[in-house]
Amino acid sequence: MSTATSTIDRAVPPQAGPRAFVHRLRHGDEVAHLITLVFAATILLITSVMVYELWVRSDITRAKFGFAFFFTSVWDPVAEQFGAAPFIFGTLVTSILALVIAVPLGLAAAVFLAELAPRNISDTTAFLIDLLAAIPSVIYGLLGIFVVVPLMRKPIGPFLKATLGHVPLIGTLFQGPNYGVGLLTASIVLAIMIVPFIISVSREVLLTVPREQREAALGLGATRWEATWKVVVPWARTGIMGSVFLALARALGETMAVTMVIGNNPIIASSLFSPGYSIAAVIANEFAEASGDAHRSALMELGLVLFLITFILNGCARLLIVATERGGGGRPA
Amino acid sequence: MSDLRLAWRKSLNGVMLTLTGVAAFSVVAVLFLVLGYLIWNGGTSLNLDFFTQLPKGEGETGGGMANAIVGSLKLLALAAVIGLPVGLLAGVYLAEFGGKTFSFLTRYTTDLLNGAPSIVIGLFAFSVAVLPLKHFSVLAGGVALGVMVIPITVRSTEEFLRAVPNSLREGAMALGANKWKTIATVIVPAASGGIITGMLLALARVAGETAPLLFTAFGNQYWNTSWSQPISSLPVMIYTYALAPYDDWHRQAWAGGLVLLALVLIANVGCRLVLNRRGANRSA
Repeated sequence: MSTATSTIDRAVPPQAGPRAFVHRLRHGDEVAHLITLVFAATILLITSVMVYELWVRSDITRAKFGFAFFFTSVWDPVAEQFGAAPFIFGTLVTSILALVIAVPLGLAAAVFLAELAPRNISDTTAFLIDLLAAIPSVIYGLLGIFVVVPLMRKPIGPFLKATLGHVPLIGTLFQGPNYGVGLLTASIVLAIMIVPFIISVSREVLLTVPREQREAALGLGATRWEATWKVVVPWARTGIMGSVFLALARALGETMAVTMVIGNNPIIASSLFSPGYSIAAVIANEFAEASGDAHRSALMELGLVLFLITFILNGCARLLIVATERGGGGRPA
Repeated sequence: MSDLRLAWRKSLNGVMLTLTGVAAFSVVAVLFLVLGYLIWNGGTSLNLDFFTQLPKGEGETGGGMANAIVGSLKLLALAAVIGLPVGLLAGVYLAEFGGKTFSFLTRYTTDLLNGAPSIVIGLFAFSVAVLPLKHFSVLAGGVALGVMVIPITVRSTEEFLRAVPNSLREGAMALGANKWKTIATVIVPAASGGIITGMLLALARVAGETAPLLFTAFGNQYWNTSWSQPISSLPVMIYTYALAPYDDWHRQAWAGGLVLLALVLIANVGCRLVLNRRGANRSA
């Protein structure tokens, strides 16, 4: 740049080149942009470092066991034998059973709040249900130990055994000794914990269904229930699936409440009354006192698996919910 | 025939609609059961010692959780120092500066970090804060909770900044303020109520977290005077005491549960009421 143009620079900000950059820098906008950008990038950095650390610190067991880690069921820290199958089994069984209980309940409640209840009752109830989601998981665990476990021991467990225990096919699920703690108890506590997520997301999604959809169905002579079940719910089904994925991710990663009621016994049993173990629970119980590098590595690998699964589920959930709120039922509106 | 079918459809309608109502109210009933149980069991267990005494040894009666209450406050303070600035500035970036691709990526990662299991966040804090220092510490616990605070703060900050009307931005710029001055002196102050409430909600959420503290802050029977030593916290104490085989420890676990629940719910109800009222004012 020649000196001749420098007087003009002062009057009119230059449009390009390094001097333009300095000019904007002086006014602070670029600096502010850069600073906030760095903080936004911190989030990406933390997430990447998290995956990296879990990957690197699980190298001993990854090298030693490979994929057999997921399919063998001997967990012996002293002999340095690590098979994660019982934990994966316990995590999947409790989470899926929790969904079996929570999805119908949550969906029904969401339908009531979105379709039937007057707006102010619906809003108040949704507010109370959000509070349910805010209760710390250790408190659910506390109630699990001192309320749900005794109830399982006395009326609920024996009742299920006497009724469902004799039904063909599913009967074996309800046989065997009932200790109160176990897979079924953990699933019930989990179900209570994830219901609020299903309700609040499904309600939001149901409320975005256009009014014309309901009116058209009712105008054709459908009952209120038929309009809801055959028109409104199918319209919102992708978003509802999203809420289920979100709830599943919560259930898989839930630690304290499950640890307190699942029985913490690494076995694979056919009975739902049997004690079990989950991925998060074994990390919570053993990590602080891990006996050696291999033990710690095995627990880190479990953490990595848990993180990747919830990562994928949450990603899918977001996409489904966004898709519904924009389009509706995946069909062009 | 068609009469029969109509009657069937009508009764199905009645039954199913009733069931949805039953479902909704049974879920709300669970909330009141939880509250009732804690108030009953916790209320009868709570005494002054709980707030002023150190824990007694294994199986002894009496004592309290004074050190755990202070410990939780210290951990929360550290989490706030670590998490809130990052959350605030990243939120400002997303709402005011963000380009398209990078913003999308950041938002997506934020949501995924928000959904990450808390026990995994604990493993992360263990790797970056316990292993280098070679022992459990307040610092490591603070890092774990701080990381959990970030995504919640980012999303609420962004949301409230976006709710500020564009006319304010245009007005400030028309008066000659450049972008960062507009943001710092007009936009953020206009959204400050919402942003601060969002931050409080984030802290209320991590206040009840137990899993990430088990092998970062660990626990401590005594008063902690240093940031680099293990510290006890209310949630971890509740967990340990609930699983112990002593009746008096169970009593204290209930008391701790009531105190924790009261703190978390009061923060939640307060924040949400403030937000709702602001929302109502804005639309009115």
